[in-house]
Amino acid sequence: MDQLIQTLLFGLSNGFVIALIALGYTLVYGIIQLINFAHGEIYMIGSFMALTVITTAGVSWTDPVGARLVVIVLALMAAMLFAGSINFLVDRVAYRRLRRAPRLAPLITAIGFSFVLQNIGIWWKGARPLQFPALLPPTNILTDWLHLDTTITFSIPMLFVMVVTVPLLLLLRWFVRNTRLGKAMRATAQDRDAAALMGIDVNRTISLTFLLGGLMAGAAGLINGLYNNQVVFNMGFFAGLMAFTAAVLGGIGNLTGAVLGGIFLGLVGALSDSYLQAQWTPAIVFAVLVLVIVFKPSGLLGEQVADRA
Amino acid sequence: MPILELNDVHAYYGHIHALKGVSLSVEEGEIVTLIGANGAGKSTTLRTISGLLRPRLGSIRFQGQRIDGLPPHRVAALRIGHAPEGRRVFPRMTVRENLEMGAFLQSDPAALRQGLERVFTLFPRLQERERQAAGTLSGGEQQMLAIGRALMSQPRILLLDEPSMGLAPTLVELIFDIIVDINRQGTAILLVEQNAHMALSIAHRGYVIQTGQIILSDTAEGLQRNELVRRAYLGEESALAG
Repeated sequence: MDQLIQTLLFGLSNGFVIALIALGYTLVYGIIQLINFAHGEIYMIGSFMALTVITTAGVSWTDPVGARLVVIVLALMAAMLFAGSINFLVDRVAYRRLRRAPRLAPLITAIGFSFVLQNIGIWWKGARPLQFPALLPPTNILTDWLHLDTTITFSIPMLFVMVVTVPLLLLLRWFVRNTRLGKAMRATAQDRDAAALMGIDVNRTISLTFLLGGLMAGAAGLINGLYNNQVVFNMGFFAGLMAFTAAVLGGIGNLTGAVLGGIFLGLVGALSDSYLQAQWTPAIVFAVLVLVIVFKPSGLLGEQVADRA
Repeated sequence: MPILELNDVHAYYGHIHALKGVSLSVEEGEIVTLIGANGAGKSTTLRTISGLLRPRLGSIRFQGQRIDGLPPHRVAALRIGHAPEGRRVFPRMTVRENLEMGAFLQSDPAALRQGLERVFTLFPRLQERERQAAGTLSGGEQQMLAIGRALMSQPRILLLDEPSMGLAPTLVELIFDIIVDINRQGTAILLVEQNAHMALSIAHRGYVIQTGQIILSDTAEGLQRNELVRRAYLGEESALAG
């Protein structure tokens, strides 16, 4: 029983990170029907930026809590803004010119940009995996703080993942549902020409979408760094595949679906890690993807694509 | 000065020369109809006015100001309302949200409220369906919503694309009565229709478009009497009518 709960807690933490990345896929797909294959690399770029801020600040886990928190907040903001800006720029430089091109053209461009960004990553921090400073103590909240008699670990890094991710998810959802710009995004996603006739600047709305997706990926970059304590230039590839699968699983284009898909995949991955073997996990995750595509192509919460007139 | 004036407008879809020198004008307070067969260039004309399609040649003036080449959101900002072909409501937004999108450029909440009131007075059915997703409405209700949404920007001119398409005859009459009401409230209207009979019955003037060119222009009465119009578009001695 304890092992199951432990596994689910690990899965949940991983799932939240996947969910943050999955949102970027689903937002962009929803608005321009592009699977942004470079999105995993945006996440990598965000984590590199976070690492740069933390190493420049020169803090480690021996510094006072206050100083570490300040640096973490700064690193979070820097990673989000940097990843958001890069995502925005890639759209501006490349995808926007291909708005009226056949759908394969931006797709291949995205694959190309994924290589470009990976090479920027190598140039920036080298090809070897890097240690990400463990600024969060591995304290087990259940035993060390609450003095429970249990073998289950719920650590501060796990709590941190949830404390940062959940408000971001809620904020994004609120933004898209209730703000003027969020409504412009939804209208553009549902009918681009009609949105333009309402006076919505479609190009600006699409830019905003890339920016938002990048912000979320940047946050995931910092969170994952502090949680798993390792970054490497090609970390975006597998994380991106997981997140893309999560987005498809939830119903691509649907924000809630992406979050649920991410959490589900995190749980499935953790169960497979602990009850099968870790090397089976990718196979199981992609088997899930295949099953979804075969039996429910629109995903768990997906819309019928046919309602576009 | 006409509120809207097209002068020798040419537009292309890829290599297809869709508009071959269209010239027409709408005066303040008028209902002008553009009739023609399927594929003649009626919708293309409206899309070109709205900026969804960029004219390759020619000029479009709104209240004397050149608007050709402006992106569609800038054209909409001049208060040119467009209820496009096929309604194009936002299917996964509620009726209320669709109408709010129509007032996207209205920053004044009082204007938004007045706009909603006006639309709900014209189309009480929409008020009953206020919280329903637009994609679940019937065709007629979607048409009402498309027109209502275009009215929310308090347009100076309203471009209506085939408001009768796919609707039962009684509903067509209802919609056309409302179009007349909107016009009486002071909005100029450019009405594109395949249903030439209905369109000419409410319009002041009309143009006939054929393969991207205006081939006739006259008062509505003049067109109703015109031999070619009667044969080709009003369905007399012919099954060609829309």
